[in-house]
Amino acid sequence: MISLTINGKTQQFDVPDDMPLLWVIRDIAGLTGTKFGCGMAQCGACTVHIDGAPLRACVMPVGAAAGKSITTIEGLSADASHPVQRAWAELDVVQCGYCQSGQIMSAVALLKAKPAPTDADIDAALSGNICRCGTYQRVRAAVHRAAELAKGSGQT
Amino acid sequence: MKTSTDSSRRDFLRATALGGGALVVSFFVPGAHRLAQAAAEPAAASVAPNAFLRIGADDRITVLLAHSEMGQGIWTALPMLIAEELDADWSRISVEHAPAAPDYFAQGMPMQFTGGSMSTWTEFERYRQAGATARALLIQAAAKQLGVKATACRTENGSVIAGDKRVRYGELVGIAAKLTAPKTVALKDPKDWKLIGKPTRRLDTPEKIDGSAKFGMDVQFEGLLTAVVARAPVFGGSVASFDASAAKQIPGVRDVVQVPSGIAVVADHFWAAKRGRDALRIEWNLGPNAGLDSASLREEFSKYAASEGTVASQAGDATAALSKAAKRIEAEYAVPYLAHAPMEPLNCTVKIDKDLCEVWTGTQFQTLEQATAARITGLKPEQVKIYTMFLGGGFGRRATPTSDFVSEAVEVAKAAGKPVKTVWTREDDIRGGYYRPAFVHKVEVGLDEAGQPVAWQHRIVGQSIIGGTPFAAMMIKNGIDATSVEGVADSPYVKDIADHRVDLHSPETGVPVLWLRSVGHSHTGFVMESLIDELAHAAGKDPLAFRQGLLSKHARHLGVLNLAAEKAGWGTPLPAGRARGIAVHESFASYAAQVAEISIENGAIRVHRVTCAIDCGIAVNPAGIAAQMESGVVFGLSAALFGKIEFKEGRVQESNYHDYRVLRMNQMPQIDVHIVPSTDKPGGIGEVGVPPIAAALANAVFALTGQRQRELPLRATS
Repeated sequence: MISLTINGKTQQFDVPDDMPLLWVIRDIAGLTGTKFGCGMAQCGACTVHIDGAPLRACVMPVGAAAGKSITTIEGLSADASHPVQRAWAELDVVQCGYCQSGQIMSAVALLKAKPAPTDADIDAALSGNICRCGTYQRVRAAVHRAAELAKGSGQT
Repeated sequence: MKTSTDSSRRDFLRATALGGGALVVSFFVPGAHRLAQAAAEPAAASVAPNAFLRIGADDRITVLLAHSEMGQGIWTALPMLIAEELDADWSRISVEHAPAAPDYFAQGMPMQFTGGSMSTWTEFERYRQAGATARALLIQAAAKQLGVKATACRTENGSVIAGDKRVRYGELVGIAAKLTAPKTVALKDPKDWKLIGKPTRRLDTPEKIDGSAKFGMDVQFEGLLTAVVARAPVFGGSVASFDASAAKQIPGVRDVVQVPSGIAVVADHFWAAKRGRDALRIEWNLGPNAGLDSASLREEFSKYAASEGTVASQAGDATAALSKAAKRIEAEYAVPYLAHAPMEPLNCTVKIDKDLCEVWTGTQFQTLEQATAARITGLKPEQVKIYTMFLGGGFGRRATPTSDFVSEAVEVAKAAGKPVKTVWTREDDIRGGYYRPAFVHKVEVGLDEAGQPVAWQHRIVGQSIIGGTPFAAMMIKNGIDATSVEGVADSPYVKDIADHRVDLHSPETGVPVLWLRSVGHSHTGFVMESLIDELAHAAGKDPLAFRQGLLSKHARHLGVLNLAAEKAGWGTPLPAGRARGIAVHESFASYAAQVAEISIENGAIRVHRVTCAIDCGIAVNPAGIAAQMESGVVFGLSAALFGKIEFKEGRVQESNYHDYRVLRMNQMPQIDVHIVPSTDKPGGIGEVGVPPIAAALANAVFALTGQRQRELPLRATS
């Protein structure tokens, strides 16, 4: 049994140690907001936070996350009120939406580390998140906007 | 007239929620809460004046989409059409994908589908009428309730108003259910539009920023198993023999079944299924395509290009005019096979009961999937329910005339005898075929003394997308697959020349091919607009001025060309090491021009800025149009800079996003979109931004380096 704390809730999972965290989150815990895109940390659709750091759940053995605190898109806020989510809504970022959980989780982690990121910071933090719809321009604008919103609300 | 108590589509929804699948539906299945609510509503809690909307007693207007939302924004644009005519309260609009049913067939077509950049413009009348007739019904109901004449009523923001009386739409549901909506009514004068033409935020944003949006991949319910299928490593291969004993030892693997496309490992969850597949031992009959090789195909295509093909468009005598021309330009262009690579890998969930087959998937082709599932299960099409989920990108890949991923999933569920979600890995997706076909274009253009084209001979070589599909009868005329030559045979540059000839070879190669965003225009836009640049250079003219001359009688081409050039500052000085390229192309009844500004950094092409002008007629949702132009540019840049699928010994060489690269954030240019104000009827949006960008880029590379690149993807250069 592996103990995981997902979005503040600690649960026991009877899964092999080498099962990627992504599939535990999706297929066992039933949290489908975290997406499968590539299976090899190339696209970022599966980005979650582990003890606050953005990681690709598709290549992380669940054993390595045992006892750690995992945040998924569902755990970001109860009502889409996180500054990054508010900025995403305000700037109409999404298209098909499949990559956006990962984009948002990467953006949240960036803003935690750098509350006022430059374009170069955004390039560095979000180039691992592919969007085939091409929403990058609005993603970039929304990260800057989220930084402003967070500054105003004191929330990151 | 349908009400919630009629034997109608809504009853089907209710029956689904209450019937054998009740627990299933209310447990996990996306949209379940809506179905469960519908079931709990008392009679006449809503009224459905037509197939495209329901009005709830709670004032909620539910719009049913006849097309699939795959990022292109129809989840917002089609409701805008209804809400405009209905004078609905925009904050009370909900949206659902419609079930697969004849009510939702595309107009004039015997099927329900999403493609060809057609959703908004083909529904422009029907969805507005749906809103307008519903409004007329509500006015009738209000007149009755308030004891006034219908002519004394007006509507505003979800209410009917007569004098000082006001009644909300939801309050009229009971009376409206007993009345009959008119078939057609007069539509608003465009000057009275409140929504159409206004930049409007997407309605699917809330569920796409909190993880709750349900894509096909996200369907889960009690008892659902997951399958991963081992398919032949070569197109057309088949299983000779297999040994599943090791696969069956993997914890969580429940079954291993053979299906026409390969061997499916069925398990409790994806990971077990994937590990099970890895443990299969399969001997394959590779079949006739085991020698498939990209370099050989290219040679073969070039050989075809040396001989006359089937004529697609012809006027005068191109050969004679070429021989008399003052100057001749000859060029051979080539583009590779391309994979769509949508972010959501293909998947499909199937549950088969005695007299019902349920299919949950993201599809662009509901009617074909329904017919396919019916054929495989032996049920009637109306016994197959298609639940269209959000599509995590489509780009044409979820519109397969063969129903490839749906038919396979139905086969798997049938063989397993249990509900199964069949999931493709990214590698399965990249290597699974259904590519944009490779093309070679061989062109000879004759110029007069002034450098103007006076003869044009254009030969196109590439597989037919339509051949062998149910669309062949409709879309192949006189041996010409229209999608192979669109953008050339109907190009204003070509048609304006008295002596021209466009012909086509459609060789068969064994590679499964398919439409990819902008279809034929994905290569013809590149070829035509690169060629025009070559001609401008040969004539010693500025690329913009040369185009302006050739397109002088084509006002909409000229309009976007001039707008893009102006906004990009065409002709103004650039910093050292930068250059611009321009291109204009008509597709899907709309016109787009783009200017790309580039430099070369560390041997790679760096795109700094793209200026895009679009004339799509009436701009229903300018915000959505700007997003789609950005989207088309990014999609086209990915293809122009990186995209290629190659074969060696029958095997696809690329496998995932590391070797089938697409544009990333750090490569993203600034994109500025300018929409031409227009009262022309709406044209397409979703694909129109793609065709010009590769040529704009290649033309910029030429301007910067003097190197004319005639093949995609463009080479890194120095």
